[in-house]
Amino acid sequence: MMSTTAAAVRTPTTSGADAPLVRFERVSASYGGPAVLLDVDLELARGALVGVVGPSGAGKTTLLRAMVGQVPRLRGRVTIDGREVRHGRVAGVGWVPQLETVDWDFPATVREVVLMGRWGRRSLRPWITREDRIDADRALERLGIGGLGDRQIRALSGGQQQRVFLARAMIGDPVLLLLDEPTSGVDLRTRDEVLHLLADLNAQGVTIVLTTHELNSVAAHLPWVVCVNRTVIAEGDPDRVFTAEILGATYDADLRVVRQDGMVLVADAAPHRMRDALRHRHDGYEHSHHEHDGVPHVHHVPDR
Amino acid sequence: MELLSEPFAYGFFRQGLAVAVLVGVLCGLMGVYVVLRHMSYIGHGLSHAVFGGAVVAYVFAVDFYLGAGLWGFLAALLINYVARRRRIGADAAIGIVTTASFALGVAYISRTRSFTTNFEAALFGQILGVTAEDLAVVAAVTIGVAAFLVLGHKRLLFMTFDPEVAPIFGIRTGWMDALFALALAATIVASINVVGVTLIAATLIIPATTARLLTDSFGRMLWLSATLGGVSGLVGMYASYWLDVSSGATIVLLQASLFVLAFAWQWATGRRFAWAAAPVVTVRGRPQVMDDL
Repeated sequence: MMSTTAAAVRTPTTSGADAPLVRFERVSASYGGPAVLLDVDLELARGALVGVVGPSGAGKTTLLRAMVGQVPRLRGRVTIDGREVRHGRVAGVGWVPQLETVDWDFPATVREVVLMGRWGRRSLRPWITREDRIDADRALERLGIGGLGDRQIRALSGGQQQRVFLARAMIGDPVLLLLDEPTSGVDLRTRDEVLHLLADLNAQGVTIVLTTHELNSVAAHLPWVVCVNRTVIAEGDPDRVFTAEILGATYDADLRVVRQDGMVLVADAAPHRMRDALRHRHDGYEHSHHEHDGVPHVHHVPDR
Repeated sequence: MELLSEPFAYGFFRQGLAVAVLVGVLCGLMGVYVVLRHMSYIGHGLSHAVFGGAVVAYVFAVDFYLGAGLWGFLAALLINYVARRRRIGADAAIGIVTTASFALGVAYISRTRSFTTNFEAALFGQILGVTAEDLAVVAAVTIGVAAFLVLGHKRLLFMTFDPEVAPIFGIRTGWMDALFALALAATIVASINVVGVTLIAATLIIPATTARLLTDSFGRMLWLSATLGGVSGLVGMYASYWLDVSSGATIVLLQASLFVLAFAWQWATGRRFAWAAAPVVTVRGRPQVMDDL
């Protein structure tokens, strides 16, 4: 049984020329209330594919927003490629929002949505130029949905919709791609599609950071995970990071980790405890009223 | 033919007609953003706030357009500011700011019993009383707002579609929101003489909503909404002359009729709410994922 502590798991990713792409230095952040992030120190390597996990309200999305200068109250320093992130646009970073937050009724075509990725600059011309059109279509082709540029965004499948927002993020050729819960609310097939797509983009040199709630189906398959609960609890290969101790500290819950055939499976012990408790109560009920000794009690069998 | 051109013999009608068409186009354009940003209530609220501003301008003998416009702009900024407080939603912020402003106007009128003639004009519109100066102001506002919408088209589209994400991609939403608030306040002040405080919200919302029923394209929605607004201004003015009915009410009733027609057409042609229902392909009654399209 491997016993790891947060300090032991955390391994520096900086060495000489391989400077980290993203660096958090004692970063605390809030939205006016209590701190959402507290004294975060974190380095993410260039070319990494990182999953940020943690319970709801742990600061996962705030960690992402801090990388694009969108946290109103931030102390400490966040740098990307050596440049400090300031409020406003951060060049070279693409953002993919949660699909659940998108207004699918909005009258926008796929091409318009993709081109929004470059409308922060050179946006005074109200029309879409030929060059814009070519670039948007190229971005769509790259993500395997060429030919859908004129479609209304609603008229796409979940996987296609996710690709449109990836294309919007990618049209500015970012070195860092941030995705907020990219697999939230999508079906299994779409989730697999998205993960494969991200692996492909990562193989092309794009550094990717995503938040996820799905430990088994998403985080466990990523090469690097960061466990967050207001601060960084641990980071590393999920094979090493996903221990009952670390996940228990991250989620403040009793989690069990099963390792079999090279796979890691995280299970919540709470339902088992609840089942045991319920069974105990039920057994007591049966003993006192029916004395069945656990034999299922059949109330009624219809006549055939 | 002579009968049709009869009202043109009157200067007040010609001016009124021009103003009605311009206001229709102006409200049609702004209405698209108001509707898609789910801000329909702000049009209603801001027009009431502007009424308070009109009374204050009257009290301090300040030019109506300047006083009411500035008041409306500040009210819109205040709504934005109050709405950002986490405990207060935008709807409550609009309710508080605009009704307080309206109440201020009513309180002054009830105390001094002055402004009563203007009061009715402000509430219900008095298009036939528009002057050449009014026409010039409406034309200038229409040109200014149209220029803002053209130059800011891409940023506004992004902000309207995805207000949370637009700043991440470099859109300076704070500035754009302030400019939009200014454009909206100017639109409402310019329209007040035509349709009045009580009906401005309708001229902002109805053409844009009708256009939304007819198209899934943002660009076409802008053109359609502006056209519907302008045409209903033109035809509504004509109809109000012949029917001897309030011009503002006629214009709004015409717009409402066009909305009903668009709604009925969609219903009849089976295209109803094209945006509300995803085109789901079913095989033996089971919806299929559209990956293979």
